[in-house]
Amino acid sequence: MSIAASPDALAFDDLPSLARASVPDHSTSYSQELALWRERMPGGFHWSGLLRRGNSLRITTHGPNANVSALFYNFEERSERYNMPDTLKGQSTAYLRKGLVCYSDMGRVLCSVADSSCTWHDTIGGISDAAQVDRQYGAKRYQEHRNAMHRNARDGFLTQLGKWGMGKRDLVPNVNFFSKVMVDEDGNMKLVPNHSVNGDFVDLRFEMNTIVVLSTCQHRLDPGPRYEPTAVELMCWRSGTAGKDDLCRLSMPENGRGFINTERYYL
Amino acid sequence: MSVRIVESNLDPVEAIFDAEHPPGTPWMHEIRKGQIFRIVDLEGNQAVDTLFYNAHDTQERYSLIDTILAQGNLYLSVGTRIMSSEGRPMLTIVADTCGRHDTVGGGACSSEGNTVRYALEKRFMHNCRDNYMLAIAEHPAALHKRDVVPNINFFMNVPMTPEGRLTFEDGISGPGKYVELRAEMDILILISNCPQLNNPANGYNPTPVRYLVWDAPAAETGAA
Repeated sequence: MSIAASPDALAFDDLPSLARASVPDHSTSYSQELALWRERMPGGFHWSGLLRRGNSLRITTHGPNANVSALFYNFEERSERYNMPDTLKGQSTAYLRKGLVCYSDMGRVLCSVADSSCTWHDTIGGISDAAQVDRQYGAKRYQEHRNAMHRNARDGFLTQLGKWGMGKRDLVPNVNFFSKVMVDEDGNMKLVPNHSVNGDFVDLRFEMNTIVVLSTCQHRLDPGPRYEPTAVELMCWRSGTAGKDDLCRLSMPENGRGFINTERYYL
Repeated sequence: MSVRIVESNLDPVEAIFDAEHPPGTPWMHEIRKGQIFRIVDLEGNQAVDTLFYNAHDTQERYSLIDTILAQGNLYLSVGTRIMSSEGRPMLTIVADTCGRHDTVGGGACSSEGNTVRYALEKRFMHNCRDNYMLAIAEHPAALHKRDVVPNINFFMNVPMTPEGRLTFEDGISGPGKYVELRAEMDILILISNCPQLNNPANGYNPTPVRYLVWDAPAAETGAA
């Protein structure tokens, strides 16, 4: 009944030569000359954009205790999206770090965590919403506070999703870059305070044409009473896709197969 | 690890619905607010991949994140309120003889996921996502792939360690163990009784489960 695991299961070296030739020999490290655009994103705001296959997004914190909530969708078929359980199960991890990748529900790599100074990026902590922000920080409306009003990540995500013709049905569990949520043996969740410092960065290398939705609101589990979301810099650079020698590809056999699935999609 | 066992005093003879569900197939069913829904792991270690929708507006659905944040805990057990994507309670776990159920390992298995996790050749094994796709295609609620979100895996044990590892462990369920939920709104249930053969989720032997539904009697106070 079971399809037995074959000791010589299909791997990269077994692919046809044209398929192998589509993969660069080496991954490209960051250098300033490869920059394409950059933009400062204030704390508490939301953003979305198309990151093309072969470009990387470097997010750099402009202060301590940053949090960048993120969702990812295949630009060509938006029902294909970041899938938290598949990402976690496939890599036997509950968090993201350098060398791991973000999987879609279709077994493909939307983006790779190609590099990061931060050793733990949260996947289970969710996003803030209006009720929680009002409760924790107090309401600050636009009428009195203009662009210093209090914002929340759920409204930010829905705003950005709307711009791509998407909405509530497309809201799924997200990544929180620069944040760390631990659980104890009984499953109790706790945010580790001040996990990131000023100047921390993460490089997300896009292996697919991806709609990226971001929010820089504070982490949902941030216990502090003060509304003080941290700004970041977004910098897009031309990295190319993962090379044959890539850390994320080689970090485990699962990811080797995830990259084969992804590269087949673009042949 | 501490688990809480709470037995139910409901009598199967009085159930208004009682059916066995073979492994490897989907099942959809509506229950009304106040009704009690029991899932019985008949032979033990059977993963029951479950999604819940507001029966009147399926855009409102089970939310993994809202559920674990509402209780500040990763696992489901007695007292857990299953929360919706609108932050409202959908169901409450009122009895449980297993003690812990998985949330974050809860992506229903799929052809594509199996190619990543096990081998490219595993694409053609039966899986939960295929069950979901077929079930929603046939059902008048007109659900779409977009509505199929990370689900609950009843009876499955996928602990997260303090170091952040996530591992598939042998189940802590056993023959006859059950979980019982009270509906807090009218609910559309979507279940795949998991056919996965590549990991211990089903003890490498997918088996049937049993569903029972009771109307909430006047005497039933939820003190089960």
